[in-house]
Amino acid sequence: MGGLRASLGRIAGLVAKELLALLKDPKGRFVLIGPPILQLLVFGYAATFDISDVRMAVVNRDGGAASRALVARFAGSPTFHTVAAPDSVRQARPLVAARRADMVLHIGPRFGRDLARGLGPQVQVLVDGRNSNTAAITAQYAGRIVAAFNADHTAGPAPPELRVRAWFNPNLRSQWFIVPGLVGVLTLVITTLVTSLSVAREREAGTFNQLLVTPLRPPELLLGKTLPAVLIGLAEATVIVAVAVVWFGVPLVGHPGLLYLGLLLFMLSTVGIGLMISSLCTTQQQALLGAFLYIVPSVILSGFATPIANMPPLMQHLTYLNPLRYCLITVRGVFLEDLPAAVLVHQFWPMALIGALTMAAAAVFFRRRLG
Amino acid sequence: MPASARRLWGLVRKESLQILRDPSSIAIAFVLPLVLLLIFGYGISLDAEEIPVAVVLQGDSAAARDFAAALDGSRAFAPRLYRSRAAAERSVLAGETYGLVVLPWDFERRLGGGDRAAAQALVDGVDANQGRLIAGYLDRAWSGWLQGRTTDARGPAVELAYRVWFNPSMRSRQYLVPGLIAIVMTLIGALLTALVVAREWERGTMEALLVTPITVNQFLAGKLIPYFGLGMAAMAFTTGAAWLLFDVPLRGSLWVLFACGGLFLLAALGMGLLISTLARSQFVAAQIAIIATFLPAFILSGFIFDIASMPGPVQALTYLLAARYFVAILQTVFLAGDVWPVIVPNAAALAGMAALFLGLTRLATRKRLD
Repeated sequence: MGGLRASLGRIAGLVAKELLALLKDPKGRFVLIGPPILQLLVFGYAATFDISDVRMAVVNRDGGAASRALVARFAGSPTFHTVAAPDSVRQARPLVAARRADMVLHIGPRFGRDLARGLGPQVQVLVDGRNSNTAAITAQYAGRIVAAFNADHTAGPAPPELRVRAWFNPNLRSQWFIVPGLVGVLTLVITTLVTSLSVAREREAGTFNQLLVTPLRPPELLLGKTLPAVLIGLAEATVIVAVAVVWFGVPLVGHPGLLYLGLLLFMLSTVGIGLMISSLCTTQQQALLGAFLYIVPSVILSGFATPIANMPPLMQHLTYLNPLRYCLITVRGVFLEDLPAAVLVHQFWPMALIGALTMAAAAVFFRRRLG
Repeated sequence: MPASARRLWGLVRKESLQILRDPSSIAIAFVLPLVLLLIFGYGISLDAEEIPVAVVLQGDSAAARDFAAALDGSRAFAPRLYRSRAAAERSVLAGETYGLVVLPWDFERRLGGGDRAAAQALVDGVDANQGRLIAGYLDRAWSGWLQGRTTDARGPAVELAYRVWFNPSMRSRQYLVPGLIAIVMTLIGALLTALVVAREWERGTMEALLVTPITVNQFLAGKLIPYFGLGMAAMAFTTGAAWLLFDVPLRGSLWVLFACGGLFLLAALGMGLLISTLARSQFVAAQIAIIATFLPAFILSGFIFDIASMPGPVQALTYLLAARYFVAILQTVFLAGDVWPVIVPNAAALAGMAALFLGLTRLATRKRLD
């Protein structure tokens, strides 16, 4: 018992020292607190796939009442507005190439006459494909407007409808997807940086050797380096979750306890990886590069911005090694879907496993360095 | 050779040797870009194909089976059939499917009735963008299926024809890979120089340089020239890889691409030098370089998220980023060609930023030890 108490005392001492070292240095403090909040605010607004404004060049070669009614439907929708009315598609193309318009609406000269005769005239929508995603969404919105126009110009009963609604995010707002994702990404960045630099900094300053002559045993050393990162990570995650709910208005429909359990398991895995990087590097520069080389691919291969299902199969398999993948499913699931614990377990155990393996590996690497 | 040129040459030589002998610089310049190109190029895609959707067949009518088969036949969907709605909902919650289509037991009668919804679909809205695309694909599959079923030959009152300029197959890779070059160059330009000058301060070799007779201009030029060469080599490497691996067309001219790349590199190097001159510590320099250059280049440059859709203040912020101008040039030169109304203003902005950052670095660098 006495041994355990002494051991806990030693760990507490190391934790207090680590926290002081991180928080006393004004530059270090700034790096821990400023950027995450700033990034959350800027990226929460910037990272959106929603389209709010499509600049349209209208080539109306008919000019009759029906064609003007169709143009008015476009211009009257909240998404489209007319920026130019060139005489021909040939004249409209340079506008799109120069990015002064995003789309051309082309109505042929016999539109009104063919419509009245029921010949089904064609309307052309020409979209700037340099951003294929906005092009696809623009085409979809245009299709909806033309479908509504058709419904008003077709005699007889309306065709049967497939009513499509969105579940969990009824207005399909990108922010509800990105902001909970940022909880995971920023937690990853903070905890990985703190742990990967902690040992390298001591090595460069020469204080690591001093730690070695203290009565701290390797597992205690490891725990003393783990806990501060987890504490800081939990504190920052709490702030980010609060900003997501209060400032961005993202609904938190699931149980916060499940969210925290998921984040805690996630942090164990990121801290384990950070410590592995730390035990392999001798300088801060190497540790930073190592952390960077881990963070960037893991953000890309996590489903943070684009779906994992769109990746080639080999890459989809790689994502199973990535703790952020499980973290994002957990955070988004708890935030938006109220996923039950029975479903979340399948996300929890891989994170716990990765955490245990990387911690064990870090302990082995440390022991080798110490021995 | 005059003395000043000889000194500059000596410094350039020293820096170049330092780059060549330090494996980490070579790794940042060539290995990292290749890894990033592969991970970003294959990992980031907005093209959804064979999306698993749950189709709930509440009755076993021929029409319901026919619609499920139509979904199966389209490239967009890979339907899985369910008997009960609850099981289909569970598959969405478990992440196995991205939505469900419920075909009710009286589906066939509703198709004839016409006055209310014949069927209902719920798409998983957690990923809003994916949800929106799936909803659009479902709409299209539905109207296509209806059209095939109607016996009278009359089509819709107005037929809509789409054409997509510059990227007719609408592959997201075609717009992402050119922008990727800007991300990789940002990384090399800013991160590498940010670390390099800060390292000289930390190791004390800066003091050794200060007592030599070189001027501040020579010192800065000596730092810039080797890294400019390294950056341009990395750009050639990435452009070649983008072209070979990802099959992205280059419709504009190569010299425009590299001239603008040079301007962008000067701006990125200038920013990196400025950061490291001000920070004088590798940790802080790298942090600032990642925060001020890499992440914004990823999210705020128009590389993946459309700038025009961002709120006003965030759009204003993007004008401060060199990557924004370079991404616009890259996407245009690769996909549309030499469109001068896009290239000239963006290149001018890049030149202005390069001059600004290099000028500020010149002002911030003094041959003093304070």
